[in-house]
This record gives sequence, structure tokens and C-alpha cells, in this order.
Amino acid sequence: MMSVPISWREIPYRYRLIGTKCKKCGKIYYPPRKVCRFCGSKDLEEDKLSERGKVVTFTVVRSPPIGYEKYAPYAVGIIELENGVRVMSQIVDCKLEDIAIGMEVEATFRRVTEDGESGIIAYGIKFRPVIK
Amino acid sequence: MRKVAIIGVGCTKVGEHWGTSLRDLFTEAALAALSDAGIEKVEALYVGNMFSGYVQEQEHLGALLADSIGMPGISAAKIEGACGSGGVAVHAGYLAVASGMFDYVLVGGVEKMTDLSTGHITTALMMAENRDYIGFTGVTFVGLNALIHRLYSKTYGAKPEEIAAIAVNDHNNAVNNPCAQYQYPLKIERVLESPLVADPIRLFECCGIGDGAASLVLCPLEKAKALADRAIEIAASTVATNVLSLNERDDLLVFDATRKAANRAYEIAGVKPDDIDVLEVHDAFTITGVLALEGLGFAKKGEGAKFVSEGNISLGGKIPTNTLGGLKARGHPIGATGVYQVLEVVKQLRGDAGKNQINGAEIGLAHNVGGVDSTSIVHILRRCG
Repeated sequence: MMSVPISWREIPYRYRLIGTKCKKCGKIYYPPRKVCRFCGSKDLEEDKLSERGKVVTFTVVRSPPIGYEKYAPYAVGIIELENGVRVMSQIVDCKLEDIAIGMEVEATFRRVTEDGESGIIAYGIKFRPVIK
Repeated sequence: MRKVAIIGVGCTKVGEHWGTSLRDLFTEAALAALSDAGIEKVEALYVGNMFSGYVQEQEHLGALLADSIGMPGISAAKIEGACGSGGVAVHAGYLAVASGMFDYVLVGGVEKMTDLSTGHITTALMMAENRDYIGFTGVTFVGLNALIHRLYSKTYGAKPEEIAAIAVNDHNNAVNNPCAQYQYPLKIERVLESPLVADPIRLFECCGIGDGAASLVLCPLEKAKALADRAIEIAASTVATNVLSLNERDDLLVFDATRKAANRAYEIAGVKPDDIDVLEVHDAFTITGVLALEGLGFAKKGEGAKFVSEGNISLGGKIPTNTLGGLKARGHPIGATGVYQVLEVVKQLRGDAGKNQINGAEIGLAHNVGGVDSTSIVHILRRCG
């Protein structure tokens, strides 16, 4: 189970989808990192990611890890955002059988886990279908 | 650099060893390897293990296990590289002997998975990924492999039965391996009607949960020659890494660490995929084995599933693969698996593989993976003289 300091220090990035962008070559990373693996630059700055994207691939987790039991079965996918960054996220607010590769999705702020041994509630971003 | 040989091997059966501790399981395999080598002492021990800290609340395996086998005082350490821990431990032992630092080294791998529930093992396995961002989403290790399974099927039009065929191959081969966890054949229909674990991956496409330990004795090739054809040369030992998380990779369907480790190993050993007589691939899930065959150069990109389903990897096929059961049927006691694989290739090259012996096998390759190709380890072994 995640401890308080672990959850606390990731709050800006988990809550607001903030990554880092290489000031030299423009490559954007999520989660944020301090070294650009494309050009080797160590000059990166925080960058707000776009909140819409498309499903690249997905799965349905039916045998969950500790702390996620009450949500199972749930979908997790790789989402390619409008700026080309790919993130891993749960896909929610739809029937599991309606999820498809290429589906348009948008970010939404949600509870992820709660009341573990450390007694905290962890929040983060999940993605849901875009309603047109 | 000195040439290195394997002069002894030993392992336990993979299974549910409820009554045996991690210490005793490791000791059984280590003593068997020492006895097989005909020596009593080694100068160093490297033991592969992934999550004894989580499951047994036990770390410091180097000193613990050196003491357990009656050798306190020797150089010893645990080596960790997720599911590739065993392969990296073999690599560490190889480096120690090749460098001239030690003459006789014991390499081992051990994992006891049945001490905790499936939920806990599911959690422990995800320690292979970025815990803060990927583990946090609730995706499981099976789930990560399912992401590439779905994309592979969509991209190349691979059919479920083509991808699943590797599990059938493993089970057919495990029937004649007394150390295998599942010594029974499996029909393709049974795989395809088994329950979904993480869509589209089904239960019988996944390795099981089991306990096991395997061990090897390494020494310089020069000293091994007295043991004649019992000694097997490690012609190459390589480790490579990939971008850790799938979502950050340029191409999800390329096992780049496998490709890098394999190409370097072929170069060092002076061989090509066509020269390999027996192969062990890391197929924790069916799709993992398929992508491994492509990364190692046995099948072209996108053709791995077809390559398997056409029978190329069976005992009588083009490249006999997982001849003693592979991860699906011999079993996958995480940190021990890479050592089991090398041990099984040694058995084939010695002519000790029993009913599944590939006659005349001269060169073998063992491929072990940590994470979803985040760490890949390749060993090429060769008969001496």
C-alpha cells in the first residue's frame, strides 16, 4: 500500500496531468523525468498535458492487485493524447464491451484507492469516453 | 576475459512446496548442483530472486543462503531483475569467473510464491513496473501483456489459436520432465475456453504460481576440460534493457531489449539463429513467447504467432523450443526461471534430456525476461570439444 509521503509528493502530477518537456528537443514525458532519453538534455520544464486523446490498446483486469478488488473488473488502456504523449490509465464511465481501439476519451479526476493500511485516499486521473 | 563453463546443475521440482522454506528449497538445488559438479566448495554465490522481501519479509539472501549451504565467509549477493533475476544472476556469475576474480562460483535462483495469496502475488509482480504511475492505475502484470496481445492481434490479424499454440507446445514437452509443475498435455480448445484473466489473455495462456529453485556451478573452461563432455561452455552472456513502461515505447510490438541482447550474444558467440539447435524462450504469457521469437530473430516481425502455430517450435520442428516445458508448464518460479532455462539447455547439450532429447544438439540459447522485455538476458551455450 502506498505510504503518505509517496502519495503526497506525486499530487501535482497525478491530479493535474503534468509532465516534463525537454527544452532542447521538445519531447514530452509522463510521468515527469529529469533527463531526456532522446537528446540527452538535462534541461526539462514542467508541461501541462492535453486532456483528450484516443485509446491505443486496452485490457480488462479481472484478477486485481491488493486495494483494487472492489473495482474489478475494470478497464486499463494506453491513451495517446492530442500532443502525442502516451499515458496508462483506467477507462471509466462506459460499458466494458463498448471500449474499442481508437475510441476518443477525455481526462476526469477520480478516486483511485482508499483506506489502506496508511488510511489515505489516493486520487488521480482516469479517462472516459468523449460525449459528442 | 577467460572462457567460462558450467560443470554442475541441480534443481527442485517446480510446484507447491508448502512444507519447505525458501532456505531449504534453495539448499536442495545448490547441493544437487555441487554434487553434479563433484566439488564441495565455491568462492562466490549469486542468487536470483525477485520478491522474497515482499512474500517472506526476508532479504539479505546472499549471506543467508551462503550460510544455509554451509559456506559462511564466501562472497555472496542477491541479484534482482524482476522475472529476469535468475538470468541476471547467471550473468553475474559469468562475469565473476570470466574476469579472473573467482574460479568456482555457484549461481542460483529461488522463488517461493505460494506463501501468499494470488492477490498479493499479483501486487508483488507489479513491482517490476513503475509503481507510482503504472502500478497506481491498477493494471496487473497480466494486464500489461494483454495490452500488447490485443494490439498484436489487431495489427497483424493473428488469430487467438495461433498465439495460444505456444502454451500447447510447452505442455506437450513438460509431460516428460519430472521437474515440471504441470506434467500433462493441454489441447488448444481447452486454452481458448479457459476464463479471461486480463482480456484477451486467458488463464491457460498464463504461467502458474509455483515454488522452485535451480542452481549451476561455473568455473573457467580450462579447469573444466578435465570433466570432458560433462562441461558446457557459456559462449555468450548478455543483458540489455528497454524503456521500462509500455506506454513510453516507440513500438509496443518490438522486444527491443531482447533484440539488443540477442544480437550482441550472436556476435560474441560467432553464431546466427540458424545455428541454434535448442531454444528456451521466456513465455510467461503466450504473446510474450511470440514476441520473444521475433526479437531473437527466429521469426519475422508480425509472423511469430504463425511461426508457432505452423509447428516450427515443436520437438521435431525447425527450432525445438521450451523442450522441457517452458514457463507455462515447467513453471515460472520468478527469480529461479532464468536458471532453470540455462540448466535445461545444459541437459540437452549433455544428452541428458531423456525422452525429449534433441539428438546431436551442439548449441543452445536461453532467453529470460524481466518485466515486459524491460530487462532481457540471453545465454548461448555450446558443447565442449
